Amino acid sequence: MNIEWLDIVLESFWILFKILLIVIPLMISVAYLTFFERKVIGYMQGRIGPNRVGFYGLLQPIADAIKLMFKEIITPNKSNKTLFFLAPILTIAPAFAAWAVIPFNAELVLADINAGLLYVLAMTSIAVYGVIIAGWASNSKYAFLGSLRSAAQIVSYEIAMGFTLVGVLMCANSLNLGDIVEGQKGGLLQWYIWPLFPLLIIYFISAVAETNRAPFDVAEGESEIVAGFHVEYSGMAFAVFFLAEYANMILVSMLAALMFLGGWLSPVSFLPDGILWLFFKVGICLFFFLWFRATFPRYRYDQIMRLGWKVFIPITLVWIIFVGFMMQTPYKGMFH
Amino acid sequence: MEFLFYFFSAVLIFSALKVITSRNPVLSALFLVLSFFSAGGIWLLLEAEFLAIALVLVYVGAVMVLFLFVVMMLDINLDRLKEGFWDYMPVASIVALIMLLEMILVLNHSYFKDMKVNNALSTSNTEALGQVLYTDYVFPFEIASIILLVAIVAAILLTLRGMKTHKSINPADQIKVQRNQRIKMIKMKSVELGKQKKR
Repeated sequence: MNIEWLDIVLESFWILFKILLIVIPLMISVAYLTFFERKVIGYMQGRIGPNRVGFYGLLQPIADAIKLMFKEIITPNKSNKTLFFLAPILTIAPAFAAWAVIPFNAELVLADINAGLLYVLAMTSIAVYGVIIAGWASNSKYAFLGSLRSAAQIVSYEIAMGFTLVGVLMCANSLNLGDIVEGQKGGLLQWYIWPLFPLLIIYFISAVAETNRAPFDVAEGESEIVAGFHVEYSGMAFAVFFLAEYANMILVSMLAALMFLGGWLSPVSFLPDGILWLFFKVGICLFFFLWFRATFPRYRYDQIMRLGWKVFIPITLVWIIFVGFMMQTPYKGMFH
Repeated sequence: MEFLFYFFSAVLIFSALKVITSRNPVLSALFLVLSFFSAGGIWLLLEAEFLAIALVLVYVGAVMVLFLFVVMMLDINLDRLKEGFWDYMPVASIVALIMLLEMILVLNHSYFKDMKVNNALSTSNTEALGQVLYTDYVFPFEIASIILLVAIVAAILLTLRGMKTHKSINPADQIKVQRNQRIKMIKMKSVELGKQKKR
């Protein structure tokens, strides 16, 4: 009896250790993604970006983190205190929880579950609660407007995003992320980017909208509603929202790399597969996020809704039917 | 396993009670989310992972978000809601009693007692469900989906009643606009400096 308990405790500690192995590098990547963003946007706008703290400004994110930690957290008058502090937690928890099923290579995965893709979709869909609750609990008109916009936007784009994932699982015949990557074995031409190219484009744009990034950042909308749902947050409470946004960016880039770009598989046969390929592909996707932000002006709200409902959803539906049709023809080798 | 089941059940019952006893409607909606979550946890223990995640995805991720969306914007006066409490009490208690009786009848039936959890599926959950829905029972399933589609169209039509009075933008028209529809070039003679008419 005693040994059984010891086993359970030891196993829990081992799992906890593995979780830390994922979360700590993720936090560091988030910190340096903010630095990378400022540098990239800086160069795109003919500036040099942060360059004072440390070598070429490399310590800037750490300085920012320390500054945020020592700032006072102000709770607005007449706000709902419990929900006010629950909101950042509800935003960051799903952003991290989704990483449990992400495979880094054929063996390196925390939880190798059957319905991995579905689990990730469920986790990203509950991230919206943090935004809604933050807006409502702040007792501020700007925050409330921001959260309403965000709720409508995320629910709309989730549908298009879900349909693109249907296309992927039709090709891979599995919901397990590891199996999806293995289904793309055999070089660059076997990746799902080719048969599912329109779905990749829609997935990526929906991902930008889901993470509330520019040009879909009407939930923040600095020019009209100050900072949207997190206008009343300061110090670490604000930093947690910030962290969740960037962690979600890395997550959706990771998913794009796994589902469409062959994950850890090498594009050519003479180079070995490896985790570095995965990081390289995720980096490219993240660069696109930053590039979008530096390039496009913010969408108008009705245009966002129109794009989601009247353009993306019909295209994904048609393409799913097309893929299903092609699978019955002699060309099914292209669609696996 | 047993501990997890009792934990999820306790959270489920607690949050379900809070849904109806909470004074704040937003809190009620959030507790309903929590109860969906714990129900999903119990389904996971039954090895029904597809249903569990679908419950979270559909009810928590979509339905309750829209529900919360509406509830947040309501300005509910609790005193006015409580006004007719004693008038409605007899009818409500009869309804509650009938429901209780029905539940006792169903749960006492031999069918329910002999039911066993069938978790010896050879394939994954998702595949088994897909087989049942899209192969074995494809026509009933399609009929059900068409009924749902009709309901969706009807619901949208209900919001479109009456004459359209508001102005809206047609993106196709916006794109088709030519330069000469928006600006008009007018040639004017410039007035030389110093020769302007004095007032």
